[in-house]
Amino acid sequence: MLRILLIFYFFMLPLKVFALIEVDITRGNLNPLPIAVSPLSIDETSRQSFEKILKKKNIGAEISLVVEKNLKASGLFNPLNKDAFLQKPDIANLKPRFEDWNLIKAQALITGKVNIFEEKLRVEFRLWDVLAGKEMMALAFTTVPNNWRRVGHIITDKVYERLTGEKGYFDTRIIYVSEEGPKTRRIKKLAIMDQDGANNKFLTLGNELVLTPRFNPTSQMVTYLSYFKNLPRVYLLDVETGMQEVVGDFPGMTFAPRFSPDGKKIIMSFAKDGNSDIYTMDLENRIVEKITNHPSIDTSPSFSPDGKYIAFNSDRSGYQQIYVMRSDGKNVKRISFGKGLYGTPVWSPRGDLIAFTKLHKGKFYIGVMRTDGSGERLLTENFYQEAPSWSPNGRVLIFYRETKTDSKGEGFSAKLWSIDLTGYNERLVKTPTDASDPSWSSLLSN
Amino acid sequence: MKLNKILKNVFLVTVACIMLSACATSKKTTGQMQGDVYTGKDTVEYLASGVPDRVFFATNESVLTTASRETLRKQAAWLRKNSKINIVLEGHADERGTREYNLALGERRANAAKDYLMTYGISSNRISVLSYGKERPVDSGSNPLAWSKNRRSVSVKAN
Repeated sequence: MLRILLIFYFFMLPLKVFALIEVDITRGNLNPLPIAVSPLSIDETSRQSFEKILKKKNIGAEISLVVEKNLKASGLFNPLNKDAFLQKPDIANLKPRFEDWNLIKAQALITGKVNIFEEKLRVEFRLWDVLAGKEMMALAFTTVPNNWRRVGHIITDKVYERLTGEKGYFDTRIIYVSEEGPKTRRIKKLAIMDQDGANNKFLTLGNELVLTPRFNPTSQMVTYLSYFKNLPRVYLLDVETGMQEVVGDFPGMTFAPRFSPDGKKIIMSFAKDGNSDIYTMDLENRIVEKITNHPSIDTSPSFSPDGKYIAFNSDRSGYQQIYVMRSDGKNVKRISFGKGLYGTPVWSPRGDLIAFTKLHKGKFYIGVMRTDGSGERLLTENFYQEAPSWSPNGRVLIFYRETKTDSKGEGFSAKLWSIDLTGYNERLVKTPTDASDPSWSSLLSN
Repeated sequence: MKLNKILKNVFLVTVACIMLSACATSKKTTGQMQGDVYTGKDTVEYLASGVPDRVFFATNESVLTTASRETLRKQAAWLRKNSKINIVLEGHADERGTREYNLALGERRANAAKDYLMTYGISSNRISVLSYGKERPVDSGSNPLAWSKNRRSVSVKAN
């Protein structure tokens, strides 16, 4: 399973000028940038070799399709229809005829080529500014053939970063809970997939109830809640090796786990005698610290990215509200003061915002507020939705949404959705089964 | 002066009682619900003849109603007679709340039932608590009646 960790060899190709086009991501993008993704060119020998290894007829075209779909899903780009392309991929990669690309209204162009090199997949790509007629970026990398989809994601990340000025979020994975069966006897399994829904894999068999998996921001470890032997406890799972171990083995239920930003601690709730408080456990020396001590329910803790603060959910005021405290549990301050109930605070990886779920007048909202509670903004309203998780660049939220059910159980579904921080570009994230509790990984490569 | 104060307090308490009972009686009783607490028998199973297995709660609440306390007293009497039987109290919430808060709420509800059984002489050694949050509804409907059936603590024989 070292495949994921296998190094991508990067080479900067000679770069000639710098950029003129830019994509503004700070507001909802109603005019996505028209971009042409020319299929990566491939020589016949390489094509045949990869067809044998990967069972894909033209791996160059497949990789560029990954890039195209990513760009489209971001909502910031409008990949143009390939039928309109006038120039052949191999010639375009050498020197695009900018008039041709201008003619179809492309403002940016991606070209590249693929070949086999010592049994490995070698890809180079270039990003061009069509209007200025200039090369903006050129990169090449080599990896094992099986990593071909990741090559597409990394190209997207590089293009996104070059054009928006912010890191991408495409070479990432989502861990979530797969759901099947009737609502009253739901079978739940841990599942993982690439950010675009490819390579879906189930990690547990469904013999016991599992909930709320969350990625370690620094590794491929996951923490989650399992009802193994009917004892709800917090577990650790190494996604690469499949190794599992219980970490919250307290005399009662442990739940709502999350990693600290350095990945060294788990923060979670422990419920005993009708009272839930927040604890941390150091994964190295297993030292447990009690962080809150209050007769109310304290749960859903989430660290700030600098590790200095913790946002959490408490009903100490009588109803569910969001609070922030220092990581030692001192200085507790309520930050949600709008109408309704607030839950599931999650600190943005950029540090400036907290995403939350809100219930008001029978509707559920996903929203964001500043870390002092000001500037509340609701992004989406629905019958039921909760559990936002941030993309590693803090631009997109993924969450789950459930539909209304009649008393025969008809009409129920649970699906993953994503939405841009601006409130635009809401989209269904397709999963093979119903799905809930998504958690977004960090970038796999940097 | 002192008497005056006592009288005043008595008066206030009386007023409060009247107001509370007024509130209680003015709560809508619609078929199988009082306020939003389930009062019907649809989902109820029996530990023994005349001993219902579950109690119901208002939204976001873990306070035992009069009916719940009566049910739990019957359970306690039955448990005293059957001293070899242990039970698991399974606490549940409806689907209208966030998953993690509901896990905590289910635990709080089951413990409310546990505490009451203990005051009626049942040893805590015989009672374990298991919260399912909103994971195991009995009624899959998305309507107030279904939700009221799902906000519950169920006593299940453990052996």
